Amino acid sequence: MKFLRNLLDKVEPNFIGNGKYAKFYPLYEMADTFLFTPADKTKNGPHIRDAVDLKRVMSFVVIAMLPALLFGIFNVGYQMNPNGELRDNFLVGLKIVLPIILVSYTVGGFWEMIFAVVRKHEINEGFLVTGMLIPLIMPPTIPLWMVALATTFGVVIGKEIFGGTGYNIFNPALVARAFIFFAYPGAISGDRVWTVDGISQATPLLQASSQQGSQALELLGNQFNWWDMFYGFIPGSIGETSTLAILIGAAFLLITRIGNWRIMAGTLLGMVLTAKLTNVLGEAVASSNPMLFLPAEFHLVMGGFAFGLVFMATDPVSAAQTDRGRWIYGLLIGFMCVIIRAINPAYPEGMMLAILFANAFSPLIDYFVMKSHIKQRLKRFAA
Amino acid sequence: MDKKAKAIISDPMVDNNPITKQILGICSALAITVKMEQAVVMSLALAFVLVCSNVIISLLRKGIPGKIRIIVQLTVIASLVILIDEILKAYLYDISKQLSVFVGLIITNCIIMGRAEAFAMQNNYKDAMYDGLGNAIGYGSVLIIVATFRELLGSGTLFNYAVMPASIYLENGGWYVNNGLMLLAPGAFIILGLIIWVQRTYTHYIEN
Repeated sequence: MKFLRNLLDKVEPNFIGNGKYAKFYPLYEMADTFLFTPADKTKNGPHIRDAVDLKRVMSFVVIAMLPALLFGIFNVGYQMNPNGELRDNFLVGLKIVLPIILVSYTVGGFWEMIFAVVRKHEINEGFLVTGMLIPLIMPPTIPLWMVALATTFGVVIGKEIFGGTGYNIFNPALVARAFIFFAYPGAISGDRVWTVDGISQATPLLQASSQQGSQALELLGNQFNWWDMFYGFIPGSIGETSTLAILIGAAFLLITRIGNWRIMAGTLLGMVLTAKLTNVLGEAVASSNPMLFLPAEFHLVMGGFAFGLVFMATDPVSAAQTDRGRWIYGLLIGFMCVIIRAINPAYPEGMMLAILFANAFSPLIDYFVMKSHIKQRLKRFAA
Repeated sequence: MDKKAKAIISDPMVDNNPITKQILGICSALAITVKMEQAVVMSLALAFVLVCSNVIISLLRKGIPGKIRIIVQLTVIASLVILIDEILKAYLYDISKQLSVFVGLIITNCIIMGRAEAFAMQNNYKDAMYDGLGNAIGYGSVLIIVATFRELLGSGTLFNYAVMPASIYLENGGWYVNNGLMLLAPGAFIILGLIIWVQRTYTHYIEN
């Protein structure tokens, strides 16, 4: 530790004032504040001081994603060879997943640096999380150049044009995924995605929505049972398959109070209620749409619902900021997710679009929550 | 051409570009920029209508009663649009079919009404012609820039001529895939936004 501090102090003069690399001060600042909590403090005004600053918050989120990442790496190998050794599967998975992570961090970091240097601001902490989220919501078979392009799009169009971390209205990682979803649909959804050694596998969601006139659970049949999907031994995007690993991350986020429990609870509640509603509706009109009959507990473990619920919906920047607003925001995500999955046959997965949709509405939700709050207080004072 | 005429023509090309600065005519800029061919024909059609309507309205401007001027302007514009629509149907049938309603919708294009109302009603026919020409070039150039990106990235072609080598495509054993987002209207929206971003970075224009 001492050595690192000395090293940083030694190179500091190069980066400030008229130093040789003054242009690249954001780089130095990033390394410094990432490794050490900065010593400067606000001097005036009533500020609450907390040891956990934004960089520490972001690091905690990355730690919370580790179980999902590790399981995801293993699962990639497992899907290719279900009878393989644990270690072999893990290594095979690592060979596929590691390049995706590296590309995401390198390309994203490159854009962050360009914008930080040109606009003379600090390198945004947010990318620490975004750079990890992007690989986790990509299918393992995604070509690396698409990852690079999507990361560029997510960081530049999703975040930097709004002014950087804290100003973006959409979750940058989801913008990156949405880009691939619309630009290269063949690479991210459909039955070509999980083509391994010439045998293509459908994800459970695709399977469940594949045939009109039957019920989702019948279509899943013996191939995917609930526990398999809960543990995550299914094809899907790298980090989304294991609900169990995601729940471990969720527990970590809730204990450290970094993820907001109201958003998570709201999203879950919205999903359960809407799923029950579609079940009843499907029964009532004797619909031929299989997804209408999917029970709520299956919605939870299939596709990206759990991952979005824990890591995407709770993004503090793009979510609603008021407590009541967070409930509404969560309910909206849960509702939209099931509606898109069940009603729109073109999109078997609805979580990404549901969260982006709610992102767009979160400022409006906050506005009305605040207005109603003001109204209530006025009433109380008038009485 | 004197200095004033030059200024009238060049002003709407960049500084007062109808699309990137005044954000007019966005609808057609999003809808018919998938292919270069369509964008060029559309730009020419609009240029014809815009220049002619500006000149005609400018010539008529003293005789048009103030209260019904919008109706008169619309009548002139609509007649010109019907004319161009018939010409396209006669000589460029395929493209006219691709452009579908958007030729007819030139009538409601904000740029034409805007220029008639804001410029042709107050200026002589020569200046009005220059103004129409400048705005048509400003509109057409943005349309063609957007269409270049969209056709190149979305279909790998320019004027339906394959630009991207066939061997790099995934189905031919390569790695490349055309960008489907560019074929959708949001793709045009993003390209347009980027053009505006670049322009405003250079001109240092800030909206209040």
